[in-house]
Amino acid sequence: MNGTTAHSHRDYTGSKIGMWLFLFTEFFLFFGPILLYSIFRFRYPQAFIDASLALDTGVGVFNTALLLTSSLTMALSITAMQRGKKGTTLVLMGATVLAGAVFLVNKYFEWGAKISHGVYPGGEALEGVKDGGAVFYGLYFFATGLHGIHVLAGMVIITVAALLVHEGRINSNDFVKLENTGLYWHLVDVIWIYLFPIFYLVR
Amino acid sequence: MAFEGTGEGSYLSAEPGKGWLSSWLLTTDHKRIGVLYLLSIMSFFSVGVVFGFLMRLELISRGPTIMEATTYNSFFTLHGVIMLFLFLIPVVPSVFGNFLLPIMIGARDVAFPRLNLLSWYFYMAGAALAITTLIIGPADTGWTFYAPYSLRTPSSASLAVFAVFVLGFSSILTGINFVTTVHRLRAPGMTWFRLPLFVWATYATAWIQVIATPILGVNLLLVMAERLFGIGVFDPAKGGDPILYQHLFWIYSHPAVYIMVLPAMGAISEIVPVFARKVIFGYKAIAYSSIGIAAVGSLVWGHHMFVSGFSYTAAVYFSLFTFFVAIPSAIKVYNWVGTMYKGSIVMDTPFYYALVFIFLFSIGGLSGLILGALSVNVHLHDTYFVVAHFHYIKFGGAAFGFFAALHYWFPKISGRMYNRKVANYSLLFLFIGFNTLFFPMFVLGYEGMPRRYFDYLPQYADLQHLSIVGSWILVAALFTMIGNLVAAAFRGKTAPSNPWGAMTLEWQVASPPPKENFGEIPEVKRGPYDFREGP
Amino acid sequence: MDAKESKHRIVGYPVLFGVWAALLGLTWLTVGLSGTGMGSFTILAPFLIASVKAFLVVDYFMHLKYESGFFKYLLLVVLGTVVIIAWLVYQDVAYRI
Repeated sequence: MNGTTAHSHRDYTGSKIGMWLFLFTEFFLFFGPILLYSIFRFRYPQAFIDASLALDTGVGVFNTALLLTSSLTMALSITAMQRGKKGTTLVLMGATVLAGAVFLVNKYFEWGAKISHGVYPGGEALEGVKDGGAVFYGLYFFATGLHGIHVLAGMVIITVAALLVHEGRINSNDFVKLENTGLYWHLVDVIWIYLFPIFYLVR
Repeated sequence: MAFEGTGEGSYLSAEPGKGWLSSWLLTTDHKRIGVLYLLSIMSFFSVGVVFGFLMRLELISRGPTIMEATTYNSFFTLHGVIMLFLFLIPVVPSVFGNFLLPIMIGARDVAFPRLNLLSWYFYMAGAALAITTLIIGPADTGWTFYAPYSLRTPSSASLAVFAVFVLGFSSILTGINFVTTVHRLRAPGMTWFRLPLFVWATYATAWIQVIATPILGVNLLLVMAERLFGIGVFDPAKGGDPILYQHLFWIYSHPAVYIMVLPAMGAISEIVPVFARKVIFGYKAIAYSSIGIAAVGSLVWGHHMFVSGFSYTAAVYFSLFTFFVAIPSAIKVYNWVGTMYKGSIVMDTPFYYALVFIFLFSIGGLSGLILGALSVNVHLHDTYFVVAHFHYIKFGGAAFGFFAALHYWFPKISGRMYNRKVANYSLLFLFIGFNTLFFPMFVLGYEGMPRRYFDYLPQYADLQHLSIVGSWILVAALFTMIGNLVAAAFRGKTAPSNPWGAMTLEWQVASPPPKENFGEIPEVKRGPYDFREGP
Repeated sequence: MDAKESKHRIVGYPVLFGVWAALLGLTWLTVGLSGTGMGSFTILAPFLIASVKAFLVVDYFMHLKYESGFFKYLLLVVLGTVVIIAWLVYQDVAYRI
């Protein structure tokens, strides 16, 4: 409020309500492709199973474990902040960003392998495929791509929050920004928890 | 200067240490943001009116008159995109919601003032993108961007889709802000059932904005991904299904109709008791019906798809829910009329506007029931009947509700009073023009005139001409109405703080309101329409 | 507003590590079950396990367990909306002629 106001009030619950509402919009954003997936899964069962088998479950499992662990470090960092341990908080936040980065690198190689085989929307391997295989990979690239953008955004947000922690603008008395950062990162994790089985495991 | 402020310390008075421009463009004051929205939305509204006017004019004779068929396609697309996404969806929540909601609940600002400003910038960015498509070759898909045509058209559909996506951000941020504000910033004693009904309506709207908008967002992203990479989910040539596009589109876009009309209904619920000098009839029924419309209105999107080839089972459900959603709307109309009954009615400009809203909205709502019936819909789908129906709802309902709100709260926003005689005559001609323009469309549609054609068969000529004459009257009346308000903003008489004798909190502060609304946050001890003790 | 503030509850490290271990265990379980040919359970099982995992993340990592009831109602509204929307869309795709 322009900084001219004398009555600065902090409404933690208000900030969190706002953040949760925002997370719900993100949730609905991913609900769209997941709904489409479920419809096409029943329409083209065999093509979806075949296409799913062509994905590398090992990479998927590794990435899942990575993202779950990054969620742990993020949650731990909030506990550390609440206990006033600034150094630990920063280390844990760094670990979270690092895990996110490794996740994206894995995704890059996974996508790269598919694309080099011509398996991508408009690629030669999917040309003229009408039995649902093209739709599977369309949804796969769309949903994991959109999720990847969210991972990237989460990494940027955590980095900014880490700078604020470093400057002391997030501290053990005022950490709602860190909590909201964590909420965003966990949501990215929750979305992956659903994307992982639908593309890699339902076969 | 118009918005320089008349009172000492009003929100319009200059801010120390800030230039005039930055005091507006960098403001976090919800009232100034409301005014920014008002000015920008009205500018885009004028552009939309021009497109609508030219589309009508094209039909003055058969065959190409002032434009070719492709231009006509672009015009109805732009008319739709501008009127829906740049005017109707944001207009009442973003202008009056922003300006009034915090004052009405006794708060100094919304919960997230900076996000509020950001949402205006998202709005302007989306608007800029939409206008850019105008220059580089406008989209020709219709405002609905139906797949598979939208996936293949060489026009700038991608940019238009992206513009709407950006506008969605603006809408979501406004929604998040209002829900949080209503939950967290009510003044002491402002219980849920002491909230003015406009707040209830805006609150219900905000929920729709939060829940439905992202589904449109992802749908538009899917269309962009289809156009850029060909992911195939909506493309039958690749095993995709275009009807699913329609599902995801209308899951948002039908509730969007309620984003437009609910806050307008909220404004009418404020105006009617004030001019009837009577406590509103059925306060709780109106409050709950707002939530009811928001909830049931989210379950009726399929009635846009009756002839799309989707399943009859679904069609039956959607038709049933469509009839259900008429109930909460009818509750509101019933309660407004019930409020007027045996009231000491003061006939004044805002009340006239409210009456016209109720009349036109009722016609729109009842014609909606005709379209909601499955068998009749097969005959009327994609005809002028549909065009007439949704113009009665959106123009006759949402836009007239906005005009009513504008004439009701104008003295509060600007601190000045407009010429009521001019406003009343404008309304008379708006009413005549509107009905001359759109009522013949019911008949044309029933006789089989399809929508979105730049040409027609000779038997439709007479009614088309009548409708075109109506568009001239309407545009002239709009021009007079807006001109009257602009003139008043510059030269109007100073308005008292409570010219209508209303009881809600915004009328208890000065006109225009002081910078932070209240010196001291008031304690609320009675309901919003308790006229017994006088203001 | 201060009266309305909820108390900040600190979630201990052991709880968080425990939840993490459970999440990894469930991941192992769902991968192990995949492709074992369980009929209609093939689709349901991964979805249910994912929901348990999501619940753990939301409840403990996102502190929903420690928030006021209001947040839980919000979540219920959202989940309810999703279920109803999906149900209505399925009324179309399942019965299309």
